[in-house]
Amino acid sequence: MIPAAAILIVFLTYPLGLGIWLGFTDTKIGRGGEWIGLENYIYLWDDSVTRLALFNTMFYTVVASVIKFFLGLWLAILLNERIPYKTFFRSVILLPYIVPTALSALAFWWLYDAQFSIISWALLKMGLIDHYIDFLGDPWNARFSTIAANIWRGVPFVAITLLAGLQTISPSLYEACAIDGATGFQKFRHITLPLLTPIIAVVMTFSVLFTFTDFQLIYVLTRGGPLNNTHLMATLSFQRAISGGALGEGAAIAIAMVPFLLAAILFSFFGLQRRAWQQGGKD
Amino acid sequence: MTVDTQKQHEIQEQSPIEQHEVNSSRSDSDGSMDYLDSFQKRFITTLLPLGIFVFVLLFPFFWMTITAIKPDAELLAHTGNPFWVINPTLEHFEKLLFHTSYPQWLWNTVFISVISTFVSLLCSVFAAYAIERLRFKGSKQVGLSIFLAYLVPPSILFIPLSTIVFQLGLFDTKWALILTYPTFLIPFCTWLLMGYFRSIPYELEECALMDGATRLEILIKIVLPLSVPGLISAGIFAFTLSWNEFIYALTFISSSEMKTVPVGVVTELVDGDVYHWGPLMAGALFGSLPVAVLYSFFVEQYVSGMTGAVKE
Repeated sequence: MIPAAAILIVFLTYPLGLGIWLGFTDTKIGRGGEWIGLENYIYLWDDSVTRLALFNTMFYTVVASVIKFFLGLWLAILLNERIPYKTFFRSVILLPYIVPTALSALAFWWLYDAQFSIISWALLKMGLIDHYIDFLGDPWNARFSTIAANIWRGVPFVAITLLAGLQTISPSLYEACAIDGATGFQKFRHITLPLLTPIIAVVMTFSVLFTFTDFQLIYVLTRGGPLNNTHLMATLSFQRAISGGALGEGAAIAIAMVPFLLAAILFSFFGLQRRAWQQGGKD
Repeated sequence: MTVDTQKQHEIQEQSPIEQHEVNSSRSDSDGSMDYLDSFQKRFITTLLPLGIFVFVLLFPFFWMTITAIKPDAELLAHTGNPFWVINPTLEHFEKLLFHTSYPQWLWNTVFISVISTFVSLLCSVFAAYAIERLRFKGSKQVGLSIFLAYLVPPSILFIPLSTIVFQLGLFDTKWALILTYPTFLIPFCTWLLMGYFRSIPYELEECALMDGATRLEILIKIVLPLSVPGLISAGIFAFTLSWNEFIYALTFISSSEMKTVPVGVVTELVDGDVYHWGPLMAGALFGSLPVAVLYSFFVEQYVSGMTGAVKE
């Protein structure tokens, strides 16, 4: 108990407090800072790049999480069917989640290359487009490209955990339902969904959390570019604090994520829990 | 794919039982073409989407491999079929292993991951056992705070941690990473092991206590042997997490020979305007292989660890 507590307090609780304190100072790399109160936050509030980063983070999180949820649920249901080589499929599907994100992001970078992109090549050969897509050069293209890469990485996690949830649902419930003449959709709506809701809540909380604080993908794919258009809060705070040397300001950005993060977690967690309760599921 | 079409697909996806129901009711009315029909339906609703999923999820790996063994001339050619390679070559791997610091990064990553995994496992075993079985005052709260600690993302902590690392004089050393990785490993492992310890019958320990065993003996001789699967999945998880870690390694390490594989490949191999895709992809592939191989040996433990941690 003691060693774990010691490490956690020294390297987790203390930094968290230190981070909050740093957010109120003008610390730079190499020199200590003075207490400047809310100045960092006031400056950041008026900073257009920070506002853009905040918008990007919300957009990134909402779009990626929603799509991850639906694709993940769909994949979980597919995997729950009787299919040949089920365990093989299940293991293979988790691969994107296992490998280092920074390295798979490199593969995506290569896939999105402006001149040699295989996606552009294939679409061109199929006659769907007439010139190569500039995946990472245009603000909106870059946003959707990074979201796609994030979804690619996140779907396996959602699918496999939801699959575990699906497997705990007793088949006799479906049988009872079939005897009562329920259609397929009714079964999904009145058995699968309510029984799955608690686990959906947990999975989505995790998913939202990791998407909101994502760093690696953006850092590797765009470094926040083009023209700061894909910066998330995490990459912006890295850029300001480590590359730019303004530790205090970077810490302020990082701490500014916390309220949004808490709100997102509470929303996804309690929102879904309440639905479980309304539908008569256990809470 | 839009959410709407997604939903429609979901509606089509039903449990196997439901499909049987459809089959049997239909065979009453229209007879012999039934099997073919249901196979087609099954193909469209299940196998085809599954195939697409698998294709999309695995394509980047295929592409990595192809790029890694493709000679430069073919890589940059605009003619020919880019999906295949005519003269496979190992030149990119050779360049990677003998003309960059890649072997050093690999060694660093292995060293850091193994040590921080062991440190975390050791701490977590004690912590989880204490929280689960000693039942001291406030152990519930401690358990909850461990879980909350797991939810604190590294991207919030890296700035204050970097100042701490600097003050301790650990900047640009392996110890900076070995000591900071447990911040996300310990909460996770403890949480996982708590679940495992809870499943071990309390009576076993009572028997041992009656026979005069100490707490430590109980832990080593009874609890740990029974929770080997839990230890394996926690270990695998911790190892992959520290292997894949990026932001701390990027922040706390500055000299090339101290870097870990993910950071080294991203920062050192991507310099200048001309990207050397061959070595880059070879590096990415080679850095992913160890975790993929490890994972393939322990798929079951990994999956049970992942789902177990979420279900609690």
